[in-house]
Amino acid sequence: MGELVVEVDDLVVRYGRGRTAVTAVDGLSLVVERASITAILGPNGAGKTTTIETCEGYRHPNGGRVSVLGLDPVRDRKALMPRIGVMLQGGGAWSGVRTKEMLRHIARLHAHPLDVDVLLDRLDLTRSARTPYRRLSGGERQKLGLAMAIVGRPELVFLDEPTAGLDPQARRSAWALLEELRRDGVSIVLTTHYMEEAERLADQVYVVDHGTVIASGSPDELTSRGASNTLRFRGPTGLDLRSLIAALPEGCDVREPTPGNYVVLGPIDPHLLATVTAWCATNGVLAQSLAVERHTLEDVFLDLTGRELVPPAEQPRNRGRRERR
Amino acid sequence: MTTPEGTFAPAPGRAPVQQMIVAHGLLETRLLLRNGEQLLLALVIPLVLLVAGALAPGIDIAGKTTGDRLGVLTPGVLALTIMSTSFTSLAIATAFERRYGVLKRLGASPLTRTGLLAGKLIAIGLVELLQVVLVVAVALALGWQPGSDPASIPVAALLLVAGTWAFVPLGLLLAGTVRAEAVLAAANGIYLVLVAGGATLLPVDAYPRVLQPLIGFLPSGALAEGLRETLSAGPVAWGDVAGHVVVLLAWALAAGLVTARTFRWH
Repeated sequence: MGELVVEVDDLVVRYGRGRTAVTAVDGLSLVVERASITAILGPNGAGKTTTIETCEGYRHPNGGRVSVLGLDPVRDRKALMPRIGVMLQGGGAWSGVRTKEMLRHIARLHAHPLDVDVLLDRLDLTRSARTPYRRLSGGERQKLGLAMAIVGRPELVFLDEPTAGLDPQARRSAWALLEELRRDGVSIVLTTHYMEEAERLADQVYVVDHGTVIASGSPDELTSRGASNTLRFRGPTGLDLRSLIAALPEGCDVREPTPGNYVVLGPIDPHLLATVTAWCATNGVLAQSLAVERHTLEDVFLDLTGRELVPPAEQPRNRGRRERR
Repeated sequence: MTTPEGTFAPAPGRAPVQQMIVAHGLLETRLLLRNGEQLLLALVIPLVLLVAGALAPGIDIAGKTTGDRLGVLTPGVLALTIMSTSFTSLAIATAFERRYGVLKRLGASPLTRTGLLAGKLIAIGLVELLQVVLVVAVALALGWQPGSDPASIPVAALLLVAGTWAFVPLGLLLAGTVRAEAVLAAANGIYLVLVAGGATLLPVDAYPRVLQPLIGFLPSGALAEGLRETLSAGPVAWGDVAGHVVVLLAWALAAGLVTARTFRWH
């Protein structure tokens, strides 16, 4: 494992006191490697923002330990702030300030900032450079917030729902930007409730629910975890399933739900795929429409909690995976 | 439009402290002067009061119905400008900075809270300087004849600074504890009460005798009364001025202590 830039150990954060206290984060642990993208994925109210804001030094932990770049975010605030970039979930700018004016201000607080014009151009904000913040669209505000987080050339950025409210094109552009940051050695922690974002971008995903991590790993590890993936193919009806099952590793199962349609259930990896095709070759079977169906992080979340990651009302349309269920 | 490799290579670091504070002060000044409501409060209202008070026929200001009204009015309007900028305007602007997450966002920047406050003081100082220059210029053009004691100018400046020092923590106290909309109402309301009932424009002895001691201890009363005494004809009355400055510093200390304990940044 590479150098760790964030270590959160058994974090507990409560709001309020006494009987009305609400536990927002309840024994959460995570680590972030340098020059990686780490996604904290979970539904609204899971404790994502509280966790990230504790790393940013906004909140005192009620329990556990938080270390960011080896520093205590509250006690070592002055030393830490110049080294990190922060994007809040909303706001962060005066209503009358102009886009470029705001970005230039944050740039002036740093020793070696990025070129403000280049950054505006990269984020497609040049046309609204002189627009007051109150007249910016939601997407433009998000992009300005992202620009403000990275203009100081930080080592580590915390982005709270960086692409919420962006149209698909702007979202892809923001993802590409985050990948460029990682390419150049910046470590990124982001919260999201978009599973595509976590799957597409993250090296490491922490699935959070009710203030604690319920699963973690790379997107591949998470989506292939357990015996939940499937391999489908078509072939002649009435194949000898017992012979195929015997050829497969322990714990795999094969079914023929409808004649000629076969489903292999188990940890589908390249080795298992090779075993199935080898068995087909030995038995003179031409497998057709062979397809591995990977489960998405959203399926993982549903399996773990029995709930949807994003409430149906908030689902963006045409996500393309709803049809499967 | 991918950026060249190395564009974002980390190079963290804070800017020099003075650069951060000056940048912040100048930005806040620009934002304030760009805001129509703030400009109305900072410049239009004081100047209109000054011109109307001096020129409107038949008005009685502290027993003076003729040309010498400016001798009473000008120090009062100067006190008003200090109050509008370092209390009302500061409270409203800071409350909305809290509401819009500006304070929170800047809290995660290299600018420290002390630096942020210093920047705010620069903005307040610059706006007050502009106000004082304009008010004095207009008053002189209208025929104001300030006292001739050469000490009156530095003493008046000291009073303006002490007044600012008293009102800033009061403005922050309001901004740091109440919702932005409530601050908007309260900051304007308190300003109006102090203008009308706090010996800002009228001398303390124009108020009912039983209220006079109380009014003299208000920050508005102490500031405006001190300015009226200092800028009127005759030598500076050092004892009286010291008394007003002590009242202002007492307000600064008390409000500063409460604000430091209660201010919520986000």
